[in-house]
Formats: sequence, C-alpha cells, structure tokens
Amino acid sequence: MSRRAVITGVGVVAPGGIGTKAYWKLLSEGRTATRNITHFDASPYRSRMAGEADFDPVREGLTPQEIRRLDRAAQFAVVAGREAMSDSGIEFDQLDPGRIGVSLGTAVGCTTSLEREFIVGSDRGKYWEVDASYAVPHLYDYFTPSSMATELAWTVGAEGPVSVVSTGCTSGLDSVGYAAELIMEGSADVVVTGGTEAPLSPITVVCFDVIRASSTRNDDPTTACRPFDKTRDGLVLGEGCAIIVLEELEHARARGAHIYGEVAGFASRCNAYHMTGLHPEGIEMSDAINIALKQARSDATDVGYINAHGSGTKQNDLHETAAFKRSLGAHAYKTPVSGFKSMIGHSLGAIGSLEIVGSLLAFEQDLIPPTANLHEQDPECDLDYTPLVAREKKVDTLLTVGSGFGGFQSAMVLKKVEGAGR
Amino acid sequence: MTRAVVTGIGIASPNGLGPTAYWRATLHGEAAIRPITRFDSANYWAKIAGEVPGFEAGRHLQGRLLPQTDHMTRLTLVGTDWALRGAGVQPNDIPDTDIAVITAATAGGYEFGQRELQKLWHQGPEYVSAYQSFAWFYAVNTGQISIRHGTRGPGAVVVSEQAGGIDSIGHARRQLRKGVQLALTGGMDSSLCPWAWVAHQASGCLSRNNNPKRAYLPFDRDASGYVAGEGGAIMVVETPESAAGRPGTRIYGEIVGYASTFDSKMPSREPGLKRAAELALRDAGMDASEIDVVFADAAGIPELDKAEAEAIKGIFGPYGVPVTAPKTMTGRLFAGGGSLDVASAILSIYWSAIPPTINVENPVPEYELDLVLNEARHGKIKAALVLGRGKGGFNSAMVVREYR
Repeated sequence: MSRRAVITGVGVVAPGGIGTKAYWKLLSEGRTATRNITHFDASPYRSRMAGEADFDPVREGLTPQEIRRLDRAAQFAVVAGREAMSDSGIEFDQLDPGRIGVSLGTAVGCTTSLEREFIVGSDRGKYWEVDASYAVPHLYDYFTPSSMATELAWTVGAEGPVSVVSTGCTSGLDSVGYAAELIMEGSADVVVTGGTEAPLSPITVVCFDVIRASSTRNDDPTTACRPFDKTRDGLVLGEGCAIIVLEELEHARARGAHIYGEVAGFASRCNAYHMTGLHPEGIEMSDAINIALKQARSDATDVGYINAHGSGTKQNDLHETAAFKRSLGAHAYKTPVSGFKSMIGHSLGAIGSLEIVGSLLAFEQDLIPPTANLHEQDPECDLDYTPLVAREKKVDTLLTVGSGFGGFQSAMVLKKVEGAGR
Repeated sequence: MTRAVVTGIGIASPNGLGPTAYWRATLHGEAAIRPITRFDSANYWAKIAGEVPGFEAGRHLQGRLLPQTDHMTRLTLVGTDWALRGAGVQPNDIPDTDIAVITAATAGGYEFGQRELQKLWHQGPEYVSAYQSFAWFYAVNTGQISIRHGTRGPGAVVVSEQAGGIDSIGHARRQLRKGVQLALTGGMDSSLCPWAWVAHQASGCLSRNNNPKRAYLPFDRDASGYVAGEGGAIMVVETPESAAGRPGTRIYGEIVGYASTFDSKMPSREPGLKRAAELALRDAGMDASEIDVVFADAAGIPELDKAEAEAIKGIFGPYGVPVTAPKTMTGRLFAGGGSLDVASAILSIYWSAIPPTINVENPVPEYELDLVLNEARHGKIKAALVLGRGKGGFNSAMVVREYR
C-alpha cells in the first residue's frame, strides 16, 4: 500500500495580517497589502514598494532572546510553525521524534541580518577587511540558512530528516514537494514544511532594481502589482511565511484529523535557458505540470483552479499562460486562474507555500480568491484570470505553479481527500 | 529498487584539482592547510585555511561566465565538466529531461556578494552588478549547471551545512527512483573573503591554533576546532541501465544506503548520528560487519569527536572498523566536504586503499577508534560508511559499495 502525504495544519505570517484567518480575509476580499516600504529608507531606490507584514515579535510570543538572536525570517517560521502545530491538533511530544522531519524553503535566507552586520562591520562599505570585533555571536547562523531549519526543528521537536530547500522563488513549493517525498518513501510520518522569507533590505531591492524586474509605480503602491494586466510594469517584493504540517494519510486518519488536502503530485524542472529569463513557450513549466498531474493520477480536465505564479512581469505572464495551455489544452480556457502576488507581493522563497495555503483555504470555502488590480487584461493573456472579485466554485483538484531565478519551474497538484473530517 | 552508481567524479580540493591529482595527494597524506592568501588575514585571529591552489577559472570557462559567477560557482562548473567527461557523457546521449541537477550549499557566492554590498554602501545603488540577483544566492550552482549542460530535468538545492553534501546525493538517488536516468550531484563551497571569514570566526568552531600541523586534530586530545577550506565534489550518479547505454563506462561504485537525522535540543536525548548510520545500513540492507571503513565527520571539537566516537563504537565495537578523516589534509569544506567524503569513499573502493588521517598524534584512548593514521592502508574495500554532521544538529550517513 503506497503512502500518501496530506496537509493537516497550516500557519501563516503575511502582509495584511498575522495568522491564517487574517490571510484568508485579505485573499477572499481581494484586498491588497502592498505599500511604500517602511522597514528602511527606500528613497534611493528605483522600486520603493513591498508587501510588508505587520509583525510584532513580542505580541507573537517570542522571547527577548529569540528576538535578538533570530533573523526576521526565522522569527516568522517559529510563529507560523506554532500556529500550524496547534492547528494540526497533533500532540507533537507524544510522537516518536525520529519520525518527525522538517523541510523549510527560503531563497535568500538571512540576507537582511547579513546586510545589517556587513554595514556595521565594514563601516558602510568603507573597508574590505570587515572588522570582526563588531560581529554578533550568532553571525554564523545568518551565514548559512540551515540555521532556520534548526530553529523550526527545535520548535516542533523533530529528530528525523531536517533540511532547508533553497531553489530561489520556487523554494516554497519545492520544500513541500521534498517533504511529501520524505513521507511517501517512509522516512518520516510527519514533516513540518513550508517557506519563509524576510528579504526587505536594500541589497534585495537593488537586485531587482538593476535588472528592472520590479515595478516603479511608487505613487500607487497598493495597485502596483498587476499580473495579466496590460499596464503591469513588474513585480512588487514581499515578505512572509507559511508553515504546513504534512502527515502520512493513515497516520492522520487514525487520529481523526481534519485534512485540508493531499499533495498528490509534484515536479520540478530546470529550464536550461537563462538565470533570470523565461522562454515564452513555457515548455518546462508545462512538463512539470504534466508530470505532477500524472503522479496525481489526474487528467488535465480534473483541474478546477490554477494558482498562478503571477509575478507581475510580462515575460512571466506570457510564459505561464503558454504553459497552462500547453498542458491543459482547451480546458485551460475554462479553468479559473488567479495570482496572489497581486495582493501580498512576491515573498521569494515563501510565496510558494503561502500560495499552497491560500489554495487549500479555497478548497475549504469553495471560494476562489481573485487576481487583484486586473482591470485591463492583456490581450496576449487570454485565459480566465478571475479579476478583482472572488468566485464561488467547488474545486476538488487544483494546480499551483512557481517559477524562479536559476530557471526553476515547479508544479504541484493538490487534491481534496475523501472523508476528511470537520 | 532502482540502483544508483557513480560513473563520474569531479573534484576541486585544496590538495588536488581533479580526481587523479586529488587521490594521489590524499593517499600520500599531502597537507594543504596553509596561511591564507585570498585576502589579508592580518586583522583576523584565524589565519590559515584550505585554499584550492592554481585554479585559473579563465582556462576552463568562457569569458562571459566570469563576471556573473562567484569563485564557488566556477569551481562547481569545472568540477561538473570533469565528472561528465569522466563518465563519457556526450550531449544527446541522454534525453535532457532525464538529467537531474541536485546540489548542496552552505554559503552562497559570498565573495561576489561582499563586493556588491560594498559597492552598494560605499558607491551607491547604480554600481551594483546586474548579476548580483543570482550570483550569490544558494540556488545558483544548480541553475548554472543546468544552463551550461542543457539539462531540463528536476533541479534542487539542499542546505544542511556539512551534512547537506551527503543529503544532495541522497536526494539525487531519490530522483533516479522517480524515473530520471542520471543526476549531477554534490556540492562545492568557498567562502574565503573577509565578510564570510568574520562569520566563520563567530561560529566558535574554528581552531585558534595557527600552526597548520596542529590546528585541526579530530579525535586527538589536543583537538581545538577545525580549519575552514574550500572546494568539494560533483558526481555523475546514474542507473546501471543508463551507464550500460555507453559501453565501456567505468563504474566506480554504488550508493546503497542513505539516511539523515537531527539532534534534539534537549540534553537528555541521544545525538542522532548513530541512528543516521543505523538507518543508512538498514536502507542498504547491510550489517555493520560488512563495512570496511568509516569516513568520519571528524569535527575536531572534543564534545563532537566524543559523540562521534561513541556512535562508531556503538555500531562496530571498540576498534571494530578502520576510521579515517582525509579532511585533516584540507580542512572542513562544509557542503563540499560532505560530497568530497562520499567521493573519497567511492575512490577507496575503486582503488582498494584507505587514505590516511594526518597530524593526529595523540588519539584519545577512550574513543577506542582504529584510526588510519599517516599512512594509507591498502587492501580490498568492499563497502564504506560516510558520516557527516552540519552545525545546528544535522546528521547524515551514506553507505557506498563496490558495484557487482
């Protein structure tokens, strides 16, 4: 009997609110949480907007020591991890810790802290030989992002396989795919997974500025990210975290758990094309979709909703629109598509997990969140992108995709599970 | 169950560039820990490292790649070329969607990153390289390998400090089981720039002894931490059927077992290394008595050495198996080190010899380890166990065996 991986708990830190409820409220109302950057003085930069989370670590229950020690992205992971644990109803301390794993996605790790420490140690870039006497004791934790997996593993008491998966902007999908593989192959019964990112610092903003990938609609930040709209002019950065408790199906059934859905298929592909560019034909993303559907034993016509990458760049919109048509054929035109980055920005390695969680909530509520800011659809993008207003629809099988620097293309098929409790 | 064999090995190590130079140097116990030349170490208390000498990227890579790559990516791309050439893989031998690229990283391209951070803060945002967005991040090597060789199969990057070098190979084997024919896998790390060095010093794990012969002494009563180095290994791992498609392909050995575990924060819980090794043996369907050598993690930190010695003794008994740590010649290479240890274990099997551990003069007697000191031990090696630990609690173990 083959093992299946199902989702039994979720936790979220996102722009627009902390916690799953606030997140769903934002998505289902189609509101946006992108704004002018407040985390630092962004005036020297080309793009000065982001989806910022109003995150107060003290109110979220972190100790002063944790707040000093942990990068903001790690703080997100701990807080969202606790929500996911409690939501799952699993008594983590009653499980065999050796059967609990962690797989955490992040694209740029603790960049914000690394940059802050660099500024101090180099006296704002004056010295190549960074002054070691200014180094904080936990600098090495910022140096390697696996420290964040350590923190989450400590939070849940994991002693099974633990790792960070870092594949740029598909990290949040790939980490969950990796977690599902650990469960299916039998290496763990419960894997706490997801993605976290707090990249809002000058170096990250500049990275996207210099390649002109980010939006310059600085005077209208709440509507700046406009996927599939012909007035789009680039992505808007974001931050956030979604943590997911993934559990082996029989393990979840045995304790009568509420099951959000099953990770029924997952595939990733390299495009072998360009570190930042996308080929307009979308062949590799389409390959990933086809393999994920096959693994899920689903036909293209079973797909009731597509959660798009929808980053807000023209090349992305054309790329994924082509991929959806290539894989789903005529059915692509009948399938609602929507993109959450229009509302919460692009939180790099976290966004894939945030999109999984938002999609699972769409399962629960029979409601598909919209693509915000979509007023004038680009005629080259001719699918149904669910503009502005959420749509009621019962969905049993959905597809979520991601695309990232390095050429990574990923696709995941989520399915409702029969007799899922609650 | 799908089998996974190693048919190509690319190595960049402080004591040898390329698998042949590396193995010759390693069997002879050639030390490569030296005073740092890559940056001025005058202001740092740690002044020695394992640097890969004589690596001229321009000799191996097209000029257009140089402005967009960090040193660690250049090492990775050259290592990958070596592995593919050794395996005799020609373009179009294998469908491009049947090749996976799975690498491990500990740091990103931090030398590149430091340069761009300095430009940003000292000169202004308009001076930052257009390549910064991807040159320094952890996923860069997988992306660059895929582009260079036109591979369009699965891609992944795992990060679990030194253990990640083993995890990447374990994940590559998983991809073979899911249906791809061949995987390019392993890791190379290099973070020999002042910014990264400050972080290494802050880790509390570097030795404060700057005598290259006395700095990194795992299992020795004078153990005082480790020395950091750069480099690693990239391997071609494929199914035997795929290798058979290229008649005459040399098979170095087979990856037969893998597991990873994590250490609890609670002191009452036993560290997970022994469990990782046991699970890897079980995965291989092998008994401890079938293992001819253990490539130790060899942290060089007394508490960690003791924990590892207890794990090895717990499985094999006192002096129950030869144990070695060729990383005493190179320093710890982080994700690159985990992969290089697997490559070394494979080469041990292929060449019937165990490379030595150097500089260790006074092994702690209570550890009761049969350390292979100073001289290589020659003789048939059928199977090896490789152990790796990553700072933060990561443990990984891999079993490799002769292919038959």
